[in-house]
Amino acid sequence: MKLKRFQWLELVLVVMVLTVVGILVNNLAVNLIRTDLGVSFKWLWQPAGFALSEHTVAYQPGDSTAWALLVGWLNSLRVIACSIVLATVLGVGAGAARRSLNPLLRRLASLYVSLVRQIPLLLQLLFWYFVAFLGLPSEPLAPVGSLIRLSNQGVAILGLNLSVEFSAVLVGLSVFTGAAIAEVVRGGLDSVPQGQWEAFRSLGIDEATGLGRIVLPQALPAILPALSSQYLNLAKNSTLAIAVGYADLYAVSDTAITQTGRSIEGFLILLLSFLALNLLINGVMQALNRIAVRPAQRI
Amino acid sequence: MTKRHPLVSLLCASLALSACATLGDGDASRVDLILKRGELRCGVSGKIPGFSFLQRDGSYAGLDVDLCKAFAAAILGDSSKVQYRPLTAPERFTALKTGEIDLLSRNTTFNLTRDASGGNGVSFAPVVFHDGQGLLVQRNSGIRSLEDLKGQSICVGSGTTTEQNLNDAFQSLGLPYKPIKYQDLNQVVAGYLQGRCQAMTSDRSQLASARSGFERPEEHEILDDVLSKEPLAPLSSGGDQQLSDAMRWVVYAVITAEEMGITQANVDEKLQQAKENPDLTKLRRFLGVEGDLGTKLGLSNDFVVNVIRATGNYGEIYNRHLGPDSAVPIPRGLNQLHRDGGVITAPPFQ
Repeated sequence: MKLKRFQWLELVLVVMVLTVVGILVNNLAVNLIRTDLGVSFKWLWQPAGFALSEHTVAYQPGDSTAWALLVGWLNSLRVIACSIVLATVLGVGAGAARRSLNPLLRRLASLYVSLVRQIPLLLQLLFWYFVAFLGLPSEPLAPVGSLIRLSNQGVAILGLNLSVEFSAVLVGLSVFTGAAIAEVVRGGLDSVPQGQWEAFRSLGIDEATGLGRIVLPQALPAILPALSSQYLNLAKNSTLAIAVGYADLYAVSDTAITQTGRSIEGFLILLLSFLALNLLINGVMQALNRIAVRPAQRI
Repeated sequence: MTKRHPLVSLLCASLALSACATLGDGDASRVDLILKRGELRCGVSGKIPGFSFLQRDGSYAGLDVDLCKAFAAAILGDSSKVQYRPLTAPERFTALKTGEIDLLSRNTTFNLTRDASGGNGVSFAPVVFHDGQGLLVQRNSGIRSLEDLKGQSICVGSGTTTEQNLNDAFQSLGLPYKPIKYQDLNQVVAGYLQGRCQAMTSDRSQLASARSGFERPEEHEILDDVLSKEPLAPLSSGGDQQLSDAMRWVVYAVITAEEMGITQANVDEKLQQAKENPDLTKLRRFLGVEGDLGTKLGLSNDFVVNVIRATGNYGEIYNRHLGPDSAVPIPRGLNQLHRDGGVITAPPFQ
């Protein structure tokens, strides 16, 4: 069997990548031997010895490090899930607004997208946390009666108490990803032939119904793949939560790593946990893709 | 057959390359690598005034930085041949372990887990600053002791022994509390100043250095409670006796120089005296005029002279960065020489 030119190129590339990985693994092994450190995971079952400000399941400093990591993973999952919902609402709203007939709405949406996309996420998170949330007075503000209470000690919505850290990460991630989703949605809407808009408008169907029942369903095949990649980005970006003091998986493993000195094992767990998280998101999105998009529509 | 050639040669190249990684390291001391490179890679914080802080002109200054200079002067004979790597607390051990830096001089607490081969497996040089963990609160908050902080939020840096000490102290008193963890001391300070926490905790030296940058330093006070011993020391990756010995005796050299009254200003004069007077055996040995103390360490025999010329003795280093006239005055306390009531002392140069 004769190899074609591009196959040669591929082979060379694979060998090069393998070489680099080989050197890295070899280096690691050499250094581990040199410093006399094997790879061990026993530390996972020892008491963690550090408190966590936020936990969805019962946790005490005496619990095992593995349990602390699980608490961190659940904290990550919680903020990612909530942010995905909020970012989708924001993004679809802003994306649709950019194709609205109302010039004010169009301008506002376009301003939001261009402003948010120009500023690094870390800066935005720091802004939301240190300026917006911690800038609140310590006595709760109640702008809409007792529905929402805002203070720099925490946020309460309908009796649900959220920490300032969680709120800052939630808002920061949602606003940032929302802008990216808005662009995805706008692109999807543009892929629907102009005639479809004109058709429902000429039939006297109102904008909201036309958008929801006629244009959006046709735009979905173009939107969904890009949307899932935005969700994956959001999940990975959530590790920036450590900058604003939220006890996510990265923050917890960071502490565990320094207290045990097991950085290689710690990072391995971190990598696998995020892989699991992203595979979960990916799986859900693929299932959604299968349900929402009829086979004939798939591109 | 001719077609297979590029692949075969590439495979060979890759094998040769991965072999390099093994051959390069081996059992040789890192000192040889530093000499070959002609430069010392020193991990510092870069964010703690008085210890290591970025100056207006882009250089680093502080007690930790002066020690980097002293090590470079001893190993390379030139204190300017240092490349500083600013590292966060969680990054520091990984950087050391992977060999990205030669040594770490970054206000790091000396403890068993870090020293032991079953823990981080590093080698510590002698303690260069005896510190203790404290709590900073607002003066008008009415908080006077740990008990007053029951159930309150406390801002703390993650990835430090600080976090563990805080937990140990509160757990042993049976007091619940909420740690708000940030990755960086600047964020701990910001969180505290913005009112997220009722107290912030760190080593007392760092609290003093952070407070010096506040708008109204007098409105904040450090509680009397000391949560821990924090002996800060430079360190190298474990298993390299030549490098760890060199570091140990450079630290002892600056301490001994203070004991013997040798300063940056008079070191050349003392050297002259030692050369002229064969009866000053202790001084002659210390400055490498007679004997082979430096050579035994694998350094130049007069490494002490190079070190003192570069940084001065321990007292001079301390006063330059933490003395009463510096930007971050911290009383010397435990860090005085043993003869003055502190705990700083050095074994003999014999």
